[in-house]
Amino acid sequence: MSETAAGAGSGHAALQHHFVDLEQQKEASALGMWVFIAQEVLFFGGLFAAYAVYRHQYPDAFAAGSHHLSWKIGFFNTLVLIGSSFTMAMAVYSAATGRAKRVVTLLLATILLGGVFLGVKYFEYGEKIRPCFGDGSHAGCLVPGERFDASALHLEGDPGGPAQIFFSLYFGMTGLHALHMIVGIPIIAVIAGMAWRGRFSPEYYTPVEIVGLYWHFVDIIWIFLFPLLYLVGAH
Amino acid sequence: MSEHHVVSWKVYVAVFLALCALTAVTVEVAGHDFGPLNLVVALAVAIAKATLVVLYFMHARYSPRLTSLVIASSLAFFFILVFLTLTDYVSRPWPLAAAG
Repeated sequence: MSETAAGAGSGHAALQHHFVDLEQQKEASALGMWVFIAQEVLFFGGLFAAYAVYRHQYPDAFAAGSHHLSWKIGFFNTLVLIGSSFTMAMAVYSAATGRAKRVVTLLLATILLGGVFLGVKYFEYGEKIRPCFGDGSHAGCLVPGERFDASALHLEGDPGGPAQIFFSLYFGMTGLHALHMIVGIPIIAVIAGMAWRGRFSPEYYTPVEIVGLYWHFVDIIWIFLFPLLYLVGAH
Repeated sequence: MSEHHVVSWKVYVAVFLALCALTAVTVEVAGHDFGPLNLVVALAVAIAKATLVVLYFMHARYSPRLTSLVIASSLAFFFILVFLTLTDYVSRPWPLAAAG
């Protein structure tokens, strides 16, 4: 390792030649992820804007649709996702303090919690989708479209059009969120593999930090989705 | 070169516990009817949680000022998107009549 006047970490194997030192390289990488997240805010922003317009217009249908979702399941999943953000934050901390084995364990814990979240989501979706194919249960079909059954929502004199808008937004927003998790989990797995092979040190753990930023952003989206979808109106 | 900031793990535990507590708060307040303020209360709790995540889990508090600029501009454009959309929809008759 040759330390030069350029700064700590110059000469490190992970340092690309166009950066002065690892600190500058890390700041550039983090900035790139923040700009990506800024774009993601507007990507989800379109759905939030649509949500605002239709909730303003159809408060009763949104309350009825929301009451039909299980807040207990949403609450459980919120805690699971916050837990996965915590294990991710601790993984970054462990990487910064040079505990490589613990980084692997914490990243695997993050993947596990993410998997639990998606498993619960799979169960929730199934409950709403299965009746659409005539499974003989009493539950109504809640997928917007021809087979949508508004009777379970107890909306007076309403064919269920606005309720279908609520469930369109429910599937659209939670689906896009789940897609972000499905993308994130394999990336975390790859970085856990890098940690396992001893690629990180307190001088260089930028990939752990960057995937952490992404994962926390996905957590923030859910922090807003939970009250907006599951907790509309007084329960 | 900015100094290397490693926050104590106790901060992460405290933020995690605060996030869990605020999740319980958001469910609890949803059980009360504040009328038109329901949405305001729900969003206030969510914004508090998101702020904790951004400042501590995402290290925005210890990041260069350029990061704050990216976060601020992202939020500014998000509010333009939602606010200007709502000024339009809220001030028009509904359902939107076919223009012909």
